[in-house]
Amino acid sequence: MVSPPDERDVWKQLATVVDPELPFLNVVEMGMVREVVPSEAGGWLVRITPTYSGCPATDVIMQDIRRVLSALTADVEVEVVHHPAWTTDWIGEEAREKMSAHGIAPPIGSHADKSFLLGKKQTVPCPLCGSTSTRLVSAFGSTACKAHYTCNDCLEPFDHFKCF
Amino acid sequence: MAAQEHIRYIARLGDDAVVLGQRLSEWCGHGPILEEDIALTNLSLDYIGQARALYTHAGALEAQGHGEDHFAYFRDEEAFENHLMVELPKGDFGFTVMRQFLFATFAYLRMEALAGQTTDPELAAIAAKSVKELRYHVEHARDWVVRLGDGTAESRERLHRSLEQLWPYTGELFTPDAVDTWAETAGMAPDLARLKARWDDVITAALTEATLGRPEDGWMQAGGKAGRHTEHLGYLLAEMQSLARKHPGVTW
Repeated sequence: MVSPPDERDVWKQLATVVDPELPFLNVVEMGMVREVVPSEAGGWLVRITPTYSGCPATDVIMQDIRRVLSALTADVEVEVVHHPAWTTDWIGEEAREKMSAHGIAPPIGSHADKSFLLGKKQTVPCPLCGSTSTRLVSAFGSTACKAHYTCNDCLEPFDHFKCF
Repeated sequence: MAAQEHIRYIARLGDDAVVLGQRLSEWCGHGPILEEDIALTNLSLDYIGQARALYTHAGALEAQGHGEDHFAYFRDEEAFENHLMVELPKGDFGFTVMRQFLFATFAYLRMEALAGQTTDPELAAIAAKSVKELRYHVEHARDWVVRLGDGTAESRERLHRSLEQLWPYTGELFTPDAVDTWAETAGMAPDLARLKARWDDVITAALTEATLGRPEDGWMQAGGKAGRHTEHLGYLLAEMQSLARKHPGVTW
């Protein structure tokens, strides 16, 4: 009998699954993997929190997770949990730097900020030249999780991963 | 099995989301500019995603083996309990952004309250996620209402007309029926009168900034929560449900 893989192998495999809409980030860096615990069947139970409820990438990500884990052991279950709700606060510092390096302004501020109800705007610095003189082109950019901005100084368009 | 009122309360949250999501999807390929085409369909995706989670939860509470597809595709219009406002035809871009503003502000405040309750933890989890999405819906719609209201004579006129047409549908948002009262008594749903006070503040501030002003409350439309709909819902459902009904159980 093949001995079951240990927890580190499971995490290592999970780190090979990328978000198809941010292919330079894996699901562990995105904070989508909440925990890996032993399952009742003697394998592993992986708990995943989806990012956006309407995110079309979620199904692909779930398939990919099942695929890489089934290569490790037949006894792997994937469970989707909604609580606590995924937040951009779980995206690590390193992942934020990767976003910037790929021309995407990482999330800023707190999702608990309510000033937007009265029309207050936040400043999103340009990830390319660092200027704070930028303008919102559209709150919904290339994907639901990103807004489309343009820099007034270097004139380059860029995506901003919304605080969420 | 959970109380009927509980199941209905969750299912009608899903009904609001799926019907508005379907309406917004009609803008795909028809937006006035590319950015707005993308924005409106992204809003649609958010609502449909919320509906999926809510319907799945309603099905689990009901414990009759009904999944999300049953609620979306295999019920007739009388079984839908969405607010009438969300089923109205998409109209022009001015009408769409005005509806988005009036409804998304309500939906945001409602989900915010539902995220904070502890009677139904799964609902709280779905609401906590939805509220983050709706925040951007409110921001998007508010920006357009101010920009077009305080814009050209033409854009102002269209926004004004849309506001007049939509206002009679705002009363239903805050008029509790037996299901709302049950959910409030159970400690799940917010007090609609308190919700209205907050909604009024946000709406009035934006409409003033948009130079439109808040309309006077008059006679209000109602019936959606009792399954009595405008003629528009039937056509919307016919389009949305035809494929699933013609090919039950079909998968991609």
